[in-house]
Formats: sequence, structure tokens, C-alpha cells
Amino acid sequence: MNEFSNAFRTALQLLVEMDPGLFEIVLLSLRVSLSAVILAAVFALPLGAFVALTAFPGRRSVVILMNAMMSLPPVVVGLVIYLLLSRTGPLGVTGLLFTPTAMIIAQCVLVFPIIAALTRQTVFDLHEEYDEYLRSVGAGTWQKITTLLWDGRARLLTAILAGFGRAIAEVGAVIIVGGNILHSTRVMTTTIALETSKGDLGMALGLGIILVLIAVIVNTAVVTIGGGASRRTV
Amino acid sequence: MQSQHHMLPLVVIGASYVVDGKAIIEDVSFTIHEAGLTALLGPNGAGKSSLLKLCHGLLPLSAGSIRWGDADVQEVQRRQAMVFQRPVLLRRSAAENIEHVLKLRGASAGERARVIEESLDWAGLAGIADMPARKLSGGEQQSLTIARAWALNPEVLLLDEPTANLDPAATRRVEDLIRSFAGAGKKIIMATHNIAQAQRLADEVLFLNHGRLLEHAPAEQFMSGPSDPLAARFIAGELVD
Repeated sequence: MNEFSNAFRTALQLLVEMDPGLFEIVLLSLRVSLSAVILAAVFALPLGAFVALTAFPGRRSVVILMNAMMSLPPVVVGLVIYLLLSRTGPLGVTGLLFTPTAMIIAQCVLVFPIIAALTRQTVFDLHEEYDEYLRSVGAGTWQKITTLLWDGRARLLTAILAGFGRAIAEVGAVIIVGGNILHSTRVMTTTIALETSKGDLGMALGLGIILVLIAVIVNTAVVTIGGGASRRTV
Repeated sequence: MQSQHHMLPLVVIGASYVVDGKAIIEDVSFTIHEAGLTALLGPNGAGKSSLLKLCHGLLPLSAGSIRWGDADVQEVQRRQAMVFQRPVLLRRSAAENIEHVLKLRGASAGERARVIEESLDWAGLAGIADMPARKLSGGEQQSLTIARAWALNPEVLLLDEPTANLDPAATRRVEDLIRSFAGAGKKIIMATHNIAQAQRLADEVLFLNHGRLLEHAPAEQFMSGPSDPLAARFIAGELVD
């Protein structure tokens, strides 16, 4: 118990003094996870909408695959990307292993199925309602997609935030492809894992508090936006 | 009233619409020559809605043919507008709902602004242009879908039970818009199960039951004495099934 209160005191001190080491790590975490989510969303939103609207052979399998990939184990994703990027791997020449870019790629792979699957569901539901109207006014496929994505914006933002929640809290993939290198690829989750094993609980707990705060903020945003959206749709 | 309307006559020959072996519309044939308002009248489940959607090209014919005046099959929808029983409104402001269809038709920004203002004015909705469309009252929502149809300047307006979910005041408002639409020389075909409404608005009546066309007559003649016995019972207020 005493150890816990000591760690807590150190954690608060680091936060209050805005410790540069700590904030460097927080900023890298945000940079990596935000980039991963934005990159994933740019491709997952149109893809999810396209799968929702277009009948093609094997669509059912694609939907099942997208839903299944939502629960990809981060360590496995990390391992596969590690193998691809490692010096002897097919993408070894890019020299990306143990860089923030590799971490962005890994998190992007983890987040992509979440956004794509939730987008597909959102657009599919909305399309049920809009289908006759959109056909009546002669909307083409791309016009349908943009209309449905815009009108599903509240739920899609929720999906994107859910993706961000997964990315920022994830440790397995980034520790493998990033290597947890100080001043280079060390993010909040990997630092917590390292500092805890080293016994430096203050730093670990300080970052833990920030992570939980971010989770609370993200979830508050989800509830606020979601609530607003459901009020609007009544 | 001889029509100069380019989408008339509407010639329907042997139209059928079958789903899972069940005929929703069965061997329906009729010709509409004149502008004004044609009511598709009949009890619920008569197939009015399906017939309307077949005419608009939203449903595929199982058999038969539908031909609109000089219009190619591809341009039928572009020259028409349809209003549904439950207003389909986008999760945007009233003005943006109208802007959406104008954008789809490729109208320029200036043109859009002008038509949006004109259409909202026409429907008496100028004051709520910036309100979220789905927060409007039922009557305002249906008025907005009709204003949206008006903005497209269609030659034909198809209405599917436009007032079925509305109270009397809202119904009057929507009916006034429908009259104004007809007054502008548009052809209107309206599905309704409401005899009084057909009496108020219709120039001619198509009476349907169980997917079959039982009578096609001028409204006045139909209301004063339909030749079909089932239609007579329906007019008399009996529950027809």
C-alpha cells in the first residue's frame, strides 16, 4: 500500500511538473495513434460503405471477415508486420522497422477492420431507409456513398473514436514493431510495461493516469456524440 | 382538358408484380390520357403502393409493360418525383435536403440558392430553412418532401399515401400543396385509401383490390355510383378485404 502511495505521489509530481520525458512519450503516443486512425479511416469509410451498398460474389464472406478482424490480436499483427519489415523480410529495404512509421502501420491494421465493419453496418442500416429516395432521385453509387457517409456522420465518428481507443491502449503490436526505443519509439503503453518491470512505478502510474484520462475523454465524446445523434434521428 | 403533357399518355399493359410466387399486382392494364390528379384508391394491401413504384421504376415488372408518353425508360425517373408515405428526409437542415437533390441534378450554386428559396417559400417553409429536417413536425416534414419534389420541377408527381400519418390540419396543408402542384400543370398520381381525400382531390379514380384493377372512372362518376360492386361497398364505408 505504501508502495502504491509513493508511486502515486511520484506520478502526480511528474504530471504537475509537466515532466518533459513524460510528455515526449504522451505526444508520440498521440501522434502515432492519431495518424493510424486517420489513415485507417480514409480507406475504411469508403470501403465499408461500398461493401454495404454493392452486391458482389463473396460479400457475405467479406462481411464476416471484416467483423472477425475487429478482434485481431495485437501481438499477432505486430509479429506479422515485424516479419514483413525485418531486414530479411519482403519490405526490409524500406528500413521502417523500429520507427514510428512501423507503429502507425501496425495500429492502422488493427483499427482498419473496426472502422470498416462499423461503417458497413451504419451505412447498411441508413441505406434501408434512404434506398427508395436515392433511387428515385437518380443518385449514382458514389453519390449514394457520400450521402450515406455524411448522414451517418455521428455514428461514424463514434466508430472512429472506438478505433482510436483501441490504438492508444494497445501495447502488443507497437512494442514488437517499434522496439520501445527511448526518444524514438517509446509510447505510453510500452513505457508502462517497461517501467513496471524495472520497478519505476511512478512513471508507469503517471502514464497510466493519462491513458485512463484519455479513455474517459474519448468515451465521454462517444456518449455525447452518440446521444446527440440518436436525438436527431428521432 | 386535352393534355399537352409529354409524359402522357401513361400506357400500362398487363402489368404484374410477383414476389415469392405471390402476385402483388396482377395483370393490370389502363391508360391515363389527361393531366390533373389520378387517385389509386383501394383498401390497405390492394397494391396501390407497388403499382406506383412500378410506374416510377423503383420496382421491376414481372410481366407486362409501362410506357410514359415520349419518355425513354432511362429518363422516366429524372422527369418525375416521388413522395413516400413516411417522409424520407436526410439528417440535414430543411434547405440542405432540397440542395441535395439539386446537386444530384448538377445545378450550379446560384441556381441552387434560388430554387431552394423559391421552393421553401412555395411550401410555406421559409421560416424553417435552417432547422434540422427530422426535428420538424409530421406535416412540415411531408410539406418539405413535396417542396423537394417541386424543386426538381418534374413533369409527373407520384404520391404514396402522403397524408396517412398526418392530423387534419397538416393534411389540409399538404393537400393545398398537392392542388398547387396540379395547378402548375403537373400530372399527379396519388395512392390513397381515403375516400374523402380522393373525393376532394381526384379528377379520376383507379380502384384496386388484391392487386387487380377493378374500376377506372372519372372521379365524379365513380363517387356517385361505381359500377364495380366491391367499389360500391368500399365507397359506402364498408370494410372491404
